[in-house]
Amino acid sequence: MRAGPRAVGLMLTVPLRRVWLWWTHSLSLRVVSSTLLVGLVSVAALGAYVTNEIRDGLVDKRVGRILAESARDVTAAQEQVNASTAESEGDLQQLVNDVLESLGVVGGDTRGLVLLPDPSNTSDIPILVGTSDLELVGVISRELRDAVEPGGGQFWQFAQMPDGAPAAVVGAPLDIGNAGPYELYFVYSLEPEQDTLSLILRVLAFGAFALVGLVLFMTWFVTAQAVRPVRAAAQVAQRLAEGSLTERMTVKGNDEIATLATTFNEMAESLQRQISRMERLSRLQRRFVSDVSHELRTPLTTIRMASDVLFDARGGFPPEVARSAELLANQLDRFEDLLADLLEISRIDAGAAQLDFEQHDLADIVRDQMELMAFAAQGQGVELRLWVAEGDHTASMDRPRVSRIVRNLLSNAIEHAQGGPVDVGVASTGRTVAVVVRDYGVGLTPQQVERVFDRFWRADPARARTMGGTGLGLSIAREDAKLHDGSLEAWGREGEGAAFRLMLPRTSRGLGIRPPLPIEIEADAFPELGARVPIVMSEVSR
Amino acid sequence: MTAKILVVDDDPAVAEMTGIVLRGDGFEPVFCDHGDRALEVFRAENPDVVLLDLMLPGKSGIDICRELRAESGVPIIMLTAKSDTVDVVLGLESGADDYIPKPFKPRELIARVRARLRRNDNAVPAIVRIADLEIDVTGHRVTRNGEVIQLTPLEFDVLVTLARNPGQVFSREVLLEDVWGYRHAADTRLVNVHVQRLRAKIEKDPENPEIIVTVRGVGYKAGPAQ
Repeated sequence: MRAGPRAVGLMLTVPLRRVWLWWTHSLSLRVVSSTLLVGLVSVAALGAYVTNEIRDGLVDKRVGRILAESARDVTAAQEQVNASTAESEGDLQQLVNDVLESLGVVGGDTRGLVLLPDPSNTSDIPILVGTSDLELVGVISRELRDAVEPGGGQFWQFAQMPDGAPAAVVGAPLDIGNAGPYELYFVYSLEPEQDTLSLILRVLAFGAFALVGLVLFMTWFVTAQAVRPVRAAAQVAQRLAEGSLTERMTVKGNDEIATLATTFNEMAESLQRQISRMERLSRLQRRFVSDVSHELRTPLTTIRMASDVLFDARGGFPPEVARSAELLANQLDRFEDLLADLLEISRIDAGAAQLDFEQHDLADIVRDQMELMAFAAQGQGVELRLWVAEGDHTASMDRPRVSRIVRNLLSNAIEHAQGGPVDVGVASTGRTVAVVVRDYGVGLTPQQVERVFDRFWRADPARARTMGGTGLGLSIAREDAKLHDGSLEAWGREGEGAAFRLMLPRTSRGLGIRPPLPIEIEADAFPELGARVPIVMSEVSR
Repeated sequence: MTAKILVVDDDPAVAEMTGIVLRGDGFEPVFCDHGDRALEVFRAENPDVVLLDLMLPGKSGIDICRELRAESGVPIIMLTAKSDTVDVVLGLESGADDYIPKPFKPRELIARVRARLRRNDNAVPAIVRIADLEIDVTGHRVTRNGEVIQLTPLEFDVLVTLARNPGQVFSREVLLEDVWGYRHAADTRLVNVHVQRLRAKIEKDPENPEIIVTVRGVGYKAGPAQ
């Protein structure tokens, strides 16, 4: 498979991001690596400066000595030549040999000698300069040869020995009577200086590395000293956050760290107090809800049964008594729904709601609920249409609660659809499953959208309540969604209908950034979403 | 023969009304309004079904349930004004077969009672084998290597329902319908709790069940016969 540009980009950015994450997550790493960087740069700069100074000092001194020595030797050689009376070829050759020999004696082994005829030499007396070190001729540059002129002064230049060692070459003219002008070159090896310099460099480098190492260790040590209590505080804070409220930091000594620990512990203390107080309040409220629930339900049980017995026997009653029995039974249903919803809301408010998480397919739950509602929808002349995107829509959820949310959204949509269709779409991403319930009825104004989840709020108080409903359905639905760490949102436009979108995270990792479905969705967008799933009217709903 | 129903409830109005409803459907109700006397009345009357309120003066419904279960497999239906998960699960774990949250409709009560009185005795075959268990459906006995395992009628019903179709997966909803008689989705915890209890009695290792196997995300099935 060919990697697309995106994949290549990922291949590059992923390791980078990992390094970046690592870098931003460890203070010690950051401090140590900064120190390493700064240390290396300053040691390198300092080393370069010191090396430069030492080299200049060493070489300058040596070159000064070399120049003085060679000037003196050239003068001596010239004097020796001038004092000589040699004229014949043999005598001149002898003279040159003597001069070179005496120069060799004076200078010792530390330098090489090269005698070359000046390019302007026109004498026909050939002098063999074999006694000089001819293998060094290559060391002498053309530049230097050009600079050295008969009657001129002494010139010098750095060069390189045939074996690669650094050298200093000094050149001066030598006039050998009848044999014409010659050039005399001294080639000094600078190897001892280089050896000294290398030694110094090695020592310096070793020192620099030792120093950087020491500084790194010290930095790491100091950071660790400072970071350890911070890490300990973070761990304690995490345990506090996880609910073990008795967790405290150990206070040692009297320094800033100890102050941190003390302050931290005071904070934990205050948190613990607050939370215990809230827990007590919540327990009281839960208890109250439970008591109210029991106290109300006991008489209601008798009323319920009595009403049903009357209702079943209404055939034998006079018409007005029969109708009364009917009204009693119907309103008792409403009363029970209201009581159940109220108790549910207070249970949620008291934080006493318990969820039973299991893996379920949202599309299945939605279809089940739609099949249960199909009969009621038909009664209102509303067509229910379900569109399910391809793929798997399972998520970890409490089935009764999610069913209740869907039921509430559906009954709300059917009630406000004004006989139009209701479209329901189910889709999901890697992290989120979602369902959108869309009607094309009266719609909602932006102000109404804001209030639609308020308790006992009704868009139009004058409107008939065809589907019953307690006015708490959407509030409970939103609380149920929140209990799942999910979200329930509303959208609406006056006269165009309304949409409600429920999103649930697949796992405890929470909702993804990208919603699987837009909340603002038009009728023609549903068929693009996925296949239409037929709704079979459930027998129970009849 | 009319079935006798023991109603244990301290609220006289609820008890009387329940009595009216039961009598209206041809049952014979007997009453007890105090927790401490429940066992006594049970032994004296020997009812076919017990309707048990959880909040009682004297002994609590949970304790009564446990004591009844210790001496009898009589079907117990809890009447609970609290539908909180903890109470329901606690009640089921202490041996109740089913529960009805208050307030309930008379029809619902009657349906629950009838489901508990219903027996699998018209079924064929009369002997079902599963794993190393032998289930005598007519005689209402379960034996392993000739040794009788004591099961309550409800546990027996769950086992027989699964064992008649070995390998077939039953969802919790289907079991609720077949065994408990619910006509639409109800509390699947009923199934979970009773399957756990049944496993504790018949499985060699209840942690790794071989006779009643969980099918993740679907329900339960009976393992193959050995």
